[in-house]
Amino acid sequence: MNKIFEFCARNTWKLLGTLLVLLAVFPFVFTSSYILRIAITVLMFIVLSLSLNLLIGYLGQMSMGHAAFWGIGAYTAAILSTKLNVSSLGTFLAAMLVAGVFGLLLGLPVLKLKGYYLTVVTLGFCEIIRLVELNWMDLTRGSLGIAGIPPLNFFGKAFKSSRSVYFIALLLVIFTVYLVHSIINSRIGLAIMAIRDDDVAAASIGIHVFVYKVMVFIIAGMLAGLAGAFYAHYISFIDPSGFTTGQSMELVILAIFGGLGSIPGAILGATILTVLPETMRALMEYRGMIYGIIIVVMMLVKPDGLLGRVNFKYIRQRLSAEKAKKQEGKSHE
Amino acid sequence: MFLQQLINGITIGSTYALVAIGYSMVFGVLELINFANGAVYMLGGYLTLMLYTGLVGNFGLSFALGILLTGAIGYCIDRFGLRRLRAKKVPKITGLITTLGISTIIENAVRIFFGSETKPYPNRIDFGQITLGGVTISSSQMIILLVSVFLMTITSLMVYRTKMGKAMLAISQSQEASLLMGINVNAIISLTFIISSALAAIAGTMVGMYYQNIDASMGFSVGMKTLASAVLGGVGVLPGAMVGGVLMGVFETLGASYISSGYRDAISFAILIIVILFKPSGLFGRKQITKV
Amino acid sequence: MSEVLKVVDVTQRFGGLVALAGIHLYIKPGEIVGIIGPNGAGKTTLFNVITGIYHPTEGKVYLEGADITSYKTHQIAKAGFARTFQNIRLFGKLSVMDNVIAGMHTCRKTNLLDAILHTKRRRREGREAQEKAESLLKLMDLWEDRHSLASALPYGHQRRLEIARALATEPKLLLLDEPAAGMNEQETLELREMVLQLKKMGLTILLIEHDMKFVMNICERIYVLNHGELIAQGTPKQVSQDQAVIEAYLGEEE
Repeated sequence: MNKIFEFCARNTWKLLGTLLVLLAVFPFVFTSSYILRIAITVLMFIVLSLSLNLLIGYLGQMSMGHAAFWGIGAYTAAILSTKLNVSSLGTFLAAMLVAGVFGLLLGLPVLKLKGYYLTVVTLGFCEIIRLVELNWMDLTRGSLGIAGIPPLNFFGKAFKSSRSVYFIALLLVIFTVYLVHSIINSRIGLAIMAIRDDDVAAASIGIHVFVYKVMVFIIAGMLAGLAGAFYAHYISFIDPSGFTTGQSMELVILAIFGGLGSIPGAILGATILTVLPETMRALMEYRGMIYGIIIVVMMLVKPDGLLGRVNFKYIRQRLSAEKAKKQEGKSHE
Repeated sequence: MFLQQLINGITIGSTYALVAIGYSMVFGVLELINFANGAVYMLGGYLTLMLYTGLVGNFGLSFALGILLTGAIGYCIDRFGLRRLRAKKVPKITGLITTLGISTIIENAVRIFFGSETKPYPNRIDFGQITLGGVTISSSQMIILLVSVFLMTITSLMVYRTKMGKAMLAISQSQEASLLMGINVNAIISLTFIISSALAAIAGTMVGMYYQNIDASMGFSVGMKTLASAVLGGVGVLPGAMVGGVLMGVFETLGASYISSGYRDAISFAILIIVILFKPSGLFGRKQITKV
Repeated sequence: MSEVLKVVDVTQRFGGLVALAGIHLYIKPGEIVGIIGPNGAGKTTLFNVITGIYHPTEGKVYLEGADITSYKTHQIAKAGFARTFQNIRLFGKLSVMDNVIAGMHTCRKTNLLDAILHTKRRRREGREAQEKAESLLKLMDLWEDRHSLASALPYGHQRRLEIARALATEPKLLLLDEPAAGMNEQETLELREMVLQLKKMGLTILLIEHDMKFVMNICERIYVLNHGELIAQGTPKQVSQDQAVIEAYLGEEE
């Protein structure tokens, strides 16, 4: 296993390039709308899993309200596009903005709380948002949901075919990966992970813990909102039952399954846990149960998730240091 | 009207209190939120029903067997899930996710065996009602209240007055030290799970009878509410969980009748959030000094 | 010359418990000052007050003459106090190198936008951080460990890494809370050399330590705490002959 990880660390760029080519070719090889639908769902869940990973994996805050931000984004996009005919670029930006504002509103009071209090409050937040969606008839049409959300359209061009939607989803994933990667590997990211590992020590070296926590809450909210807007346009019908606390928990499981604090982990987790239930369609009835069993077994066998203990950056650094040492040894001979 | 709603609220709240005690006890000992507790509550209701209609035929006996069976399942959750994690000394979040997974398994198993639709539930504690000054109290309400108060008293005495309670307190401070003092840590923790599951089963069955129906999704929503109750009172403090549970029942009943029934649950959660923000340790919890 | 740190009449109460009572203390630039005292004397509490983790019930804390009593921990760190912890607090899932670079937080300016857009500032500061971390790690003899996770380091190395991380903040005063605790004789000796090296570089150091030999050898002045009160101060020689100090220590051994 270590050899595989080392290989991946050494050839990151080549592998990434290959993966991108494969992803670009994918919708031309697999043209069935069923497979493309799964692929699009996977891509959207990757965005959600990555954004939640910022909160749980990198900042270490156990949020159980992530579906609320997803829902807020979806409703923002649905309302703007059905009532005001706003184009998708507009709804995407608005969804991010509104979800980000809610991230701020939730973050400001909540982030002073520790541990399970934060978890419980985020859970309550998610329930409240869902109940507002369910009861604010004028705006959200309650349990009837909002139907007839127009398909994605950018610059006057509608994207209706599965293939074109797939590529938009892929772009969103690339954008999210780039964003998360850039933040995590910077001064900001170090501060965030320092807070995760020990907030008192982080404050003692001058990190303003609260500001960074709020920042991450806003960014994670915005990304989930973006995924929500995409979802609304893609699925064309939304109702509050899609954004429950139960859904929040499934997102948490997605992030943990792949491995907290790992971008490849988040991607892998979202992919496996979206594709796996699809392959069990024959066992439709047992899906939920098998899902639960997988989680329990996973926690017993590999509690850090698939890639939770694998830090490719550190593996790469170690390998290059070893290599430099070897060369030095040779030049001395 | 107000008094009537208050009594209805206290009745349902007292069953919340029983479930909230379970969260609080497990948290007190393990610092773990046992997300499976809500599912166990629902399962308890179903097991009694299944035994009654399918096998035994006598409701009292079915109820007793249902409690025992649910307690046994609580034991299994700890024995085959959480104990292995404790042995490996994994972070707390792992335990939390495990209980989430177990909760998913239980809920889906119930759906598979009993179906997803709402099932009618026999009310065996309905002996009529009395009306006092415009307020109607049914026998079900009185029995639920009496049973709840009785169980709360017993549990409190057990936790605060017996050796077992002392052992639980010791384990919550340090598992290693407790082990060295000769406390059978695993047995005490198992017992905690058995008690909390049995209490949940009793609450689940009583609520089934009270509303005369039961469905697989009730575990989740009541689980959320009772967890909120436990936090409201101060997690780990039993009287806190009891008062929190009753308050939660009263808030949502009053909120539903005076504000909006659609926002019933939102009101209880809003109150919870407000309490946590202004008094993070809950109503009865003690403030902790950060040790550095 | 003005004091780097001045503590004036600080009292800290927790409910009815008086953890610190009317403490006065000062440090001049370039000094190494020790705080000793039996367990529970209030030494770490004093550190926590100085670094803003607790805010004193009464009294003031000054940094180069400026009142920082009401500052929060991160503001105090930015103002120039860096510390280590008695019960080591490292960023366990970060590498040794990243722990040190995290310590440079206040010295760097890369903001969110720089991070996302990979600006020149981000790249320049990234390079500078690597170089600075290299020199700090070599100074604390941790260079070989630079790619290990902090949590995987042996105990003695973890203590040194905490010092390296504190140094990365470019402090005016370094506060060390029992730096030699749990170290063997050889490690303690090495630590002493390192601390003396830091002094040569012009650092001002305040340290808590139980290892008397270590304190007596290294410190120019010593404060002695017992039951939250200052019972003696002076040079190592003065303190070791002080009647109150001898009683405090002998009393503890009974």
